[in-house]
Amino acid sequence: MLKQVAGILGLLLAVNAGADTVYVTLEKDNALAVVDAEAGALIKTVTVGQRPRGILLSKDGTQLYVATSDDDTIKIIDAETLAEIGQLPSGEDPETFAQSPDGAFLYVSNEDDNQVTVIDIKQRKVVARIPVGVEPEAVAVSPNNKWVVSASETTNMVHWIDPVSHQVVANTLVDPRPRGASFSADGKQLWVTSEMAGSLMIIDVASKKIIKKLALSIPTVTDDKIQPVGVVIDAAQRWAYVAMGPANRVAVINAQTLEVEKFLLVGQRVWNLAFSPDQKRLYTTNGVSNDISIIDLDTHKVIKSVAVGRYPWGIVSRP
Amino acid sequence: MNQLFKYFFIVGLLLLEIQHSVFADEKQKISIVFLSQEKQVPAALSNLDAFVQHKGLKGAEMAVADNNTTGQFTGQNFELKHVIIPLGESVLAAFKRHASDSDLFVVNVSDNQLLKLADLDEAKTKLIFDGVSRADELRNEFCRHNVLHMLPSRAMRADALAQYMLKKRWQKWFLVVGPTKDDKRFAQALHRAAERFGMDIVAEKQWLHTYDARRTAQSDVPVFTQDVSEYDVLVVADEQGLFGEYFSYRTWLPRLVIGTQGLVATAWHRTHEQWGAVQMQNRFKDYAGRWMEEEDYGAYLAVRAIGEAATRTQSNKISDLKAYLLSDQLALQGYKGRPLSFRRWNGQLRQPVLLAAARSLVAVAPLDGFLHPKTELDSLGYDQPETRCHLGE
Repeated sequence: MLKQVAGILGLLLAVNAGADTVYVTLEKDNALAVVDAEAGALIKTVTVGQRPRGILLSKDGTQLYVATSDDDTIKIIDAETLAEIGQLPSGEDPETFAQSPDGAFLYVSNEDDNQVTVIDIKQRKVVARIPVGVEPEAVAVSPNNKWVVSASETTNMVHWIDPVSHQVVANTLVDPRPRGASFSADGKQLWVTSEMAGSLMIIDVASKKIIKKLALSIPTVTDDKIQPVGVVIDAAQRWAYVAMGPANRVAVINAQTLEVEKFLLVGQRVWNLAFSPDQKRLYTTNGVSNDISIIDLDTHKVIKSVAVGRYPWGIVSRP
Repeated sequence: MNQLFKYFFIVGLLLLEIQHSVFADEKQKISIVFLSQEKQVPAALSNLDAFVQHKGLKGAEMAVADNNTTGQFTGQNFELKHVIIPLGESVLAAFKRHASDSDLFVVNVSDNQLLKLADLDEAKTKLIFDGVSRADELRNEFCRHNVLHMLPSRAMRADALAQYMLKKRWQKWFLVVGPTKDDKRFAQALHRAAERFGMDIVAEKQWLHTYDARRTAQSDVPVFTQDVSEYDVLVVADEQGLFGEYFSYRTWLPRLVIGTQGLVATAWHRTHEQWGAVQMQNRFKDYAGRWMEEEDYGAYLAVRAIGEAATRTQSNKISDLKAYLLSDQLALQGYKGRPLSFRRWNGQLRQPVLLAAARSLVAVAPLDGFLHPKTELDSLGYDQPETRCHLGE
C-alpha cells in the first residue's frame, strides 16, 4: 500500500517536473496559442495584435514579450492571465529580439531601418539605436553579457556590439542570409545558420572567426530546400538542434564533435525552436502545416504534433 | 646628368611611397555604371499602370546603398554612375564614351543594342549585366561571354506556365498570338514548353489589330474564340499588352486566360510577400514611391551580385569578381526562397519564376514534382544539354 502511494506520488512528481506551458505566436491569426505540452493539447488561443512573431519569457517567468510587427511594438503580456499589461517602444516592424541575462534590456532587430533598438524594459524606454547591416534579423546576447550580436540578412555579417558603449566593435562575414544565432552556454561559441547556403557556422567568440562550417545536406532533399533558420544548444552542450525550414526537418547535432547525427522529420517549414524548461523536450513551429512538433530529447523522437493556428512563428516554454 | 636622373628617381620613389600610404587608408572602390536608353512611351490599353522610364535605375540605386552598408564594415565603397541616353541617340557611342568609367555595366537597352554593345572592342574586358531582356537568342546562338542575364528568358517563363498547366491538367491550349515579333518569340517559347511537358496546342490564332467602327472587344472576342471548341485554357502571347486583357470574361466558352495576361510568369510581382519579399517591397516603395517592377528587381540583383562578389573576394578586379559570380560559391539572396546563381553555360541567372494574378500570387515555379538531377531551377528554360551556347566549355 505504502509502496503504491509512493509510486503514485513519484509519478505525480515526475509529471509535475515535466509540465510546462508553451506559447506560440500565430503570424496570420494575430493571436497567441497556449499549449499544454505534457498533454500535447491546445488549451486556448487569444488575440494579441497584428502579425505577432518573436516571443520571449521575462527572466522572472511572469511576463511574455511579443513582437506584434504590424503594430510596430512589443507587447508585454501577463503569462497567467494573458492580458496585455504594457508595450515596449520597439521601433518599426519588430521581428526578433533578445534579452540581456539580467533581464534589464531587450535588443530588437528593426529590419527595415537597418538598426538594433535597445530598450530598458523597466523604464519602457529606448536607450540606444545602433546602426548595423541591411536587414538585421537574428540577435543574441552572450551569457556573460559581454556581447550582443546582430546578424544582417543582406549584408551577410554578424555584428559584434559592445552592450556598454552600444558600438559595433567587430564584424564576422558569414554565409548568405544568416537567420539564427545562439551562444553556447559557456559563452565560448556562437552558432549561426545561413538560410541561403544551407549551412551552420560555429564561430569562436574569442577570435570572432568561423571555426567550423557544416553543410547541412540530406540525401533525399535537394540542396536548395535546405534552409536552416532556428538553432538552439542545450545547457550541457551535448546536443544542438537546427530547424531546417522547407526541408521540414530538425538536424540533431552533436555539440562535442560538431557533426550531424540525425534528422527528425517534423511539420512543414520549420523555423523556430524552444526547449522545455527541463530541456527534456524540444518544440518547433511549423509555419506551413500550422502546427508545432514536440520532440522527446531522451530518445530524439518526434512524439506529437499539435495543430495551433495559421503560421505559427515564435515559441517559448514556461514551467 | 646621370646624377640628376638618380635624384629624380629617388624623389619619384618617395612620392610613390607617400601616395601609397595615403591610399592605404582609403576604401577599395568598386564603380558600376547603370546605362539606360530612354524609350518611346508605348501605346497602352489603360491608364492604370503609369509608364516608367529607365526601369531598373531605382533598383540599382537601392542595391548600391545596400552594398555600401556592407561596405562600411568591409572597407569597400560602391559607386553608381548613371548614363542616360536620350531617345534616338547612339547607345554604342555612349558606351564607348563611358567605357573607362568602370568594368561593370548594368544595362537597360534593346536586345539588338545589347548584342552590338557586347561585341564592341571596348566591351571585351567588361562584364555587362543585362537587366531587361527576355530573348532566348541572346542566351543561345547569340550568347556572349561578357553578358549575364538577370531576368528569366521567354523559355523559362513559358516552362513555368506549362508546369502549372500540367499540374492543373489544362492540357489543351488555345494559343492566341499578337502581331509583333516579340509576341511570335514568346509563342515559340510556348510551343517549346508544350512539347517539353506533353501539352497539346489544339488551336492557334493570330490577333490582328484591324479597324472597323462596328467592332468592340465585347463583340470581337466571342467571335474570335467561337470556332475553337475543345480547349482547356486560352494562352495569350501579347508582350506589350495591347489586346490580351480583352480575353478574360469575354471568350465564347468560359475559359481561363494565361500567358502574358491573366496568370502571368514574372521575375517579380507586387503580390509576392514570402521569403522576406515583403521587406523588399516595403523598402522599395519607401525609396522609389512606386511598386518594384521586375526590371528593378533585375538591376537590384545585378548590383547586389557585384556586392556579394566584391565582399567575398575582397577584390574590385573584374577577373576575380567574374570568377566568383560564375562559381558554385555564389548563393545570391533573391527573396524567392532559393539561393540564386548563374548558369555557367549561358550566363542566365537561375531563379524561381512567379506565377501571379493581378491581386494574388498563385504559384512559384519550379513546382513541386518537377525534378532535376542538379537543381530543380534548371527545369525552367534551356538546360545545359539543350543549350546552343557553350560558354562554360
